[in-house]
Amino acid sequence: MDKNISFTLKVWRQRGPKAKGAFETYQMKDIPGDTSFLEMLDILNEQLVNENKEPVAFDHDCREGICGMCSLYVNGHPHGPATGATTCQLYMRRFKDGDTITVEPWRSAGFPVIRDLMVDRTAFDKIQQAGGYVSINTGGMPDANAIPIGKDVAEEAMDAAACIGCGACVAACKNGSAMLFVSAKVSQFALLPQGKVEAAKRVKAMVAKMDELGFGNCTNTRACEAECPKCVSISNIARLNREFIKAKLKD
Amino acid sequence: MWLTKSSVGRKVIMSVSGVALVLFLLFHMAMNLVAIFSTEGYNMICEFLGANWYALVGTAGLAALVVVHFVYAFVLTIQNRKARGSQRYAVAERPKGVSWASQNMLALGIIVVVGLGLHLFNFWANMQLPEVLHKLGMHVDSATMASVADGSGYIAKTFTCPVYAALYVIWLAALWFHLTHGFWSAMQTLGINNKVWFCRWKAIGNVIVTLIILGFLAVVVAGFFGLGALGA
Amino acid sequence: MAKISSIKVDSKIPEGPLAEKWTNYKAHQKLVNPANKRKLDIIVVGTGLAGASAAASLGAMGFNVLNFCIQDSPRRAHSIAAQGGINAAKNYQNDGDSVYRLFYDTIKGGDYRAREANVHRLAEVSGAIIDQCVAQCVPFAREYGGLLANRSFGGAQVSRTFYARGQTGQQLLLGAYSALNYQVNQGTVKVYTRYEMLDLVIIDGRARGIIARNLVTGKVERFAAHAVVIGTGGYGNAYFLSTNAMGSNGSAALQCYRKGAWFANPCYAQIHPTCIPVHGDKQSKLTLMSESLRNDGRIWVPKKLEDAKALQAGTKHPNDIPDEDRDFYLERRYPAFGNLVPRDVASRAAKERCDKGFGVNNTGLAVFLDFKYAIQRLGEDVVRQRYGNLFDMYEEIADTNPYKEPMMIFPAIHYTMGGIWVDYELQTSVPGLFAIGEANFSDHGANRLGASALMQGLADGYFVLPYTIQNYLADQIQVPRFSTDAPEFAEAEKAVNDKIAKLMAIKGTRSVDSIHKELGLVMWDNVGMARTKESLEKALKEIDRVEKLFWSELRIPGEADSLNIELEKALRLLDFIEIGRLMAYDALNREESCGGHFREEHQTEEGEAKRDDENFSYVACWKYTGEGQEPELLKEDLNYQYIKVQQRNYKN
Repeated sequence: MDKNISFTLKVWRQRGPKAKGAFETYQMKDIPGDTSFLEMLDILNEQLVNENKEPVAFDHDCREGICGMCSLYVNGHPHGPATGATTCQLYMRRFKDGDTITVEPWRSAGFPVIRDLMVDRTAFDKIQQAGGYVSINTGGMPDANAIPIGKDVAEEAMDAAACIGCGACVAACKNGSAMLFVSAKVSQFALLPQGKVEAAKRVKAMVAKMDELGFGNCTNTRACEAECPKCVSISNIARLNREFIKAKLKD
Repeated sequence: MWLTKSSVGRKVIMSVSGVALVLFLLFHMAMNLVAIFSTEGYNMICEFLGANWYALVGTAGLAALVVVHFVYAFVLTIQNRKARGSQRYAVAERPKGVSWASQNMLALGIIVVVGLGLHLFNFWANMQLPEVLHKLGMHVDSATMASVADGSGYIAKTFTCPVYAALYVIWLAALWFHLTHGFWSAMQTLGINNKVWFCRWKAIGNVIVTLIILGFLAVVVAGFFGLGALGA
Repeated sequence: MAKISSIKVDSKIPEGPLAEKWTNYKAHQKLVNPANKRKLDIIVVGTGLAGASAAASLGAMGFNVLNFCIQDSPRRAHSIAAQGGINAAKNYQNDGDSVYRLFYDTIKGGDYRAREANVHRLAEVSGAIIDQCVAQCVPFAREYGGLLANRSFGGAQVSRTFYARGQTGQQLLLGAYSALNYQVNQGTVKVYTRYEMLDLVIIDGRARGIIARNLVTGKVERFAAHAVVIGTGGYGNAYFLSTNAMGSNGSAALQCYRKGAWFANPCYAQIHPTCIPVHGDKQSKLTLMSESLRNDGRIWVPKKLEDAKALQAGTKHPNDIPDEDRDFYLERRYPAFGNLVPRDVASRAAKERCDKGFGVNNTGLAVFLDFKYAIQRLGEDVVRQRYGNLFDMYEEIADTNPYKEPMMIFPAIHYTMGGIWVDYELQTSVPGLFAIGEANFSDHGANRLGASALMQGLADGYFVLPYTIQNYLADQIQVPRFSTDAPEFAEAEKAVNDKIAKLMAIKGTRSVDSIHKELGLVMWDNVGMARTKESLEKALKEIDRVEKLFWSELRIPGEADSLNIELEKALRLLDFIEIGRLMAYDALNREESCGGHFREEHQTEEGEAKRDDENFSYVACWKYTGEGQEPELLKEDLNYQYIKVQQRNYKN
């Protein structure tokens, strides 16, 4: 059975994008090890409401590691110390009695803080709207088995498509680069025959939007890959570069 | 122009200039090794690479590469710091799999450039530069002019000084860190990488870079201890 | 007894033989020409599979679409969490599948409580969904030959489920999201993220807009359109603990109900048999383990009560119980379908064993799902390849290694078959108001088969609504764009603001969640897997108590005119209370057992659900009659013309 732990929690509180933020310290007592990290924050919020204080705002939804909504920077890591997992899949048994746990929002110019630990990631939507699709309408499609696709290609596309759009890559990157996210999407489409048709147009549009929104330049530190909760590989970044250079040389 | 206007393009500039400089280093290192074995041979090379038009074009090209690489390093870093935002993390930990060098390329690069300055002061200022000045009709004293092609002599003179030898070792160490990340990183940026080639490029890069650095180091060591043709 | 309304329910089923109804409908429906489409605005609330696919398809047709979601991006909708797969009658496996068989399995799986015509249409369009998704670059699993792979799912004897690892919902949603992004790029769709619909606006009897709150600024805003489409999912979170996302709610559906849309079959709630058991009172949600695990895992409890006692006390390890002492109760009771019986059957069987004392964890509320046999048969590598991510997820949560010892699972609320009543055109009883996906009462009858939710959501959004909505909008081309200055908008906005002010003014001492948990407990204990007249009557009383508690003890810190997560939750909880009541009314009225609704009074000697087709072969539609008033019941009779209604049999 898991033990209960007590620890110090330092949480970033900030009223709005322009407001000055600061850490607040809370003492958490007897938290069971099988509590998830977000449930631990629920407990904190319950305490705060009971004290008639405003609860800590943080994004979360599915709590199964798939929606990509949760986003905390815990003890120096996006989504906390666990690998291949989102914050909602992080359990308190990973921490020790007496620890100090520091919780910060994603910090990147591309992701302004909305409140406390909640950040605005609409930039990701905008990048996808610039070209992260196949330009088709609904209906009249050829049979799904009309074009055979190699199992290995389908698997590689799936590896890229596993991205949940949480933004941990940007949060982890010292350059605030969104390359892992953008490359995952570019790769998924570029690998599959249905997406290849407009691969050149897509990669140019998405990179241009990414640059316009102020994300940084990738310097291949691999922090994104190391912190990605879905273990998306930087080989996708190489593919994006290749696709982009190819497209530009063709022009 | 996509090379300067897009993030990927700017990185391509860094990669191409970086790879070209690595190739130059490979050549330079091979040339230096000659100094350990034969004073005449080495000085012949030095003479060959004096103030001839091809050597000057080469030098100008190199200088341009260094300037481009250096300027873009600053441009990219400024952009990246801006992209990072004004608020820093209170707690930051380097994740597993992230090399220290990869996150400190600018600092390493600055050490390399300072070292380069020292290097130019020690050698180039005594060898190619006076020749060029002389050709341009300026006054250069005859003692200097007499030894412009005595590369071997300058090596021996410089590296017997322990301070210089130590500075060069630090310089080479920084260069090693800079290049071990820089080499595969360039391949990654140029898009000639994937899951399989990732390890290969890293290995190839590490071998080439280590050879380059060992080659340079051999000359420093030989100069310091007076070994081979660099002996008194 | 519920008040029975005399209004006749017209489901607008087209004439003609079953297999031709949809073709005939499309051939004769009214259409809107391209020039007029641009002049028509459509509000789509929700960006899940149904909402996003509908918004994208309507945008692609040329309509002007406003698409709303409460999350920070359309891609976060809870459809994303669906794991196992999507059904389609492609018969790629040559195992005898057909449109008719998918139709038949769905009707039977739904315990003969769904409309034949709707379900047949669903089966008809299922194949086109797969084609559409492949064209969008959804990376479905493939065989070495390059063709699409299939797996089998509960309630079917063919392999018709398409999948993308254990993340099919995610991939399908990202496909629909990419289609939506294309339309945003083309300027036909405008997406409003972090907006929550708080009321429906009706002008002259037709749905003409919504009131929505900007969740970041707290500002209450008005939006007008020629038609409103609700695709906001189910109301399973009325139970507090469910497999739904934290934000999933039934408020949009309930607002429609309060504005005159009938709410159909609210009592049909699906309990998913394979969830990770509840472990403590701080738990915020239940995690689903994909139904696909039942393909290779075997479910068991000990045969001997003393073994179960030892497991509960923690003195015995499951691996120490020999095979002959294990009761593979699904295989024992249902030899033909074994571990792949439909969800309602599997859930009840688990409950039956646990009620008898055979539960295997410290609370006695869990059964084993064992992969020992699959690992022996296929090897650990194959099992890892098929289920690796699910096993990792289990290990992280439960802290035990499922490769080495059996997983523990227990049923949990997962999906709601009930929802806003719609006719064949997916139009509610309010003209101009449509409901799609899980939000409508839909095609699943009293129980949904696995991998059918994705199919229905996308069928509605891609291939049904874009047709049927035109039949309504064809009459609206003369209607100019609405101004949101209309008095109806002002009135609705004021009502919303008054409600918010009232909530903020309670100033009690209890958090929203603490009250929600009480509601959840009432629901689970009394309107859960097994219901009785007594439990339901008790539930109604208890819900009244919770509502009183809400209005006297609730505390919402902060202000209403800015981001306020407690206020958001409070508004949703208020609607969950009403939904809980509706569920209890409906369950009380339905004096039979069928699918997800099990009345203990109505079971066979073997403990199977006993339907009463004589008296209850109808859709129960509930009509709002005013605050604090009992709703009225309308009955839509279900006439089975093409299928012989029979006792569901998964034994042989």
